[in-house]
Amino acid sequence: MSARFIVGDRVRVRQAYPPGHVRTPYYVRGKEGVVSRMIAEHPNPEERAYGRDGLPPVPVYRVLFRQNDLWQDYQGPEGDTTELDIQEHWLGPLEEDGE
Amino acid sequence: MRRHHDMGGLDAGPVDPAEHDYTPWEKRVDAIVRLLAGKERRLITLDEHRRAMEDLGPGAYDELSYYERWISAITNILIEKGVISVEELGGKMEAVKARWQEARE
Amino acid sequence: MSETHSHDDDWPYPHPQQPDIEDGPLTDLMIMTDAVAELLIDKEVFSADDMRRTLEAIDSKSPAEGARMVAHAWLDPDFKARMLEDVNAAAEEMSIDAGTIPILAVENTKDIHNVIVCTLCSCYPKYLLGLPPDWYKSRAYRSRLVREPRAVLKEFGTEIPDDVEVRVHDSTAELRYMILPMRPKGTEDMDEEALAGLVTRDCMIGVTVIDRD
Repeated sequence: MSARFIVGDRVRVRQAYPPGHVRTPYYVRGKEGVVSRMIAEHPNPEERAYGRDGLPPVPVYRVLFRQNDLWQDYQGPEGDTTELDIQEHWLGPLEEDGE
Repeated sequence: MRRHHDMGGLDAGPVDPAEHDYTPWEKRVDAIVRLLAGKERRLITLDEHRRAMEDLGPGAYDELSYYERWISAITNILIEKGVISVEELGGKMEAVKARWQEARE
Repeated sequence: MSETHSHDDDWPYPHPQQPDIEDGPLTDLMIMTDAVAELLIDKEVFSADDMRRTLEAIDSKSPAEGARMVAHAWLDPDFKARMLEDVNAAAEEMSIDAGTIPILAVENTKDIHNVIVCTLCSCYPKYLLGLPPDWYKSRAYRSRLVREPRAVLKEFGTEIPDDVEVRVHDSTAELRYMILPMRPKGTEDMDEEALAGLVTRDCMIGVTVIDRD
């Protein structure tokens, strides 16, 4: 599977709240960030959690978020960030959400 | 909507810096999980283990300790997969308990 | 009492057949733990010896191995570059077993201070650094670090200047993280072993910085 995003792409995390085992924390859903690193493809843990093989593997990206984009009331300086690994099916380009 | 284990950003009190040394019992739980998930066996995945812990429900976080959640989850998976049965587990627990009580007397 | 007493010879642990004193009162889940272990051994899913070896492996891991790697990285820029690319492979160069779960090292610089957390569970590079401290797994740390990292760091006695970016790494998926701390000033004459002695577990988690007065 070829990766849909490259380092530097601005992305938005899907704003979805499915039941079951999910690896994308609540606090980043719907938020915008920047792809900071490519991680190797991995079997989808959201499938493997239920005993399935999770194949085909899913590209995983490190995505960097500005704290001010995550939290309306962030108390620290402008430059602070949070970075985490997000699977491709949780990401969309920024434009898709009407930005 | 938001599941109980997904706690990033919620309010909470100060971080309690106290630490305890892991007990032999806790390490045994860790060892069981490592052996089952390790590449020699792959009988379970860590993803399944996490899912099973999440499915213990919100109360588990308040009522159970960390490794109590671990062993509860792993036992549920082993039963679901048919590796062990509820009946043999019950029998074995009786035996373990009896042996320990004997040893204490 | 049940008649299914199991055979003494099969007891998988090197210790007497009674709860360890430091385990405190005997709970049902402690009983269940040993019952599960014995059943898996009975069924030859793994052996008593596998169990013993795994317990030894758990006991053999400590932050000291991570500290050795950090000190080596400070002295050898090429090694540092390889460690930042792939901690597991870099560990192997030093005959350190960092396990099969990929670990990513992130470097503290004068511009960025990094700190790790797992908000969804308690992911931690335990195959390299040993089992995590209790607070790392606590509700307070997991809930608050992503939203108020500077306040949490302050509780650990760590104040990061406002012109330094604080970057929180949430270990949510396939990787584990560790911090490559900054080498403190005034350590130019120290050898690798002495440098490793400065590197604490907490500075590899990122809640502290190496402070040398």
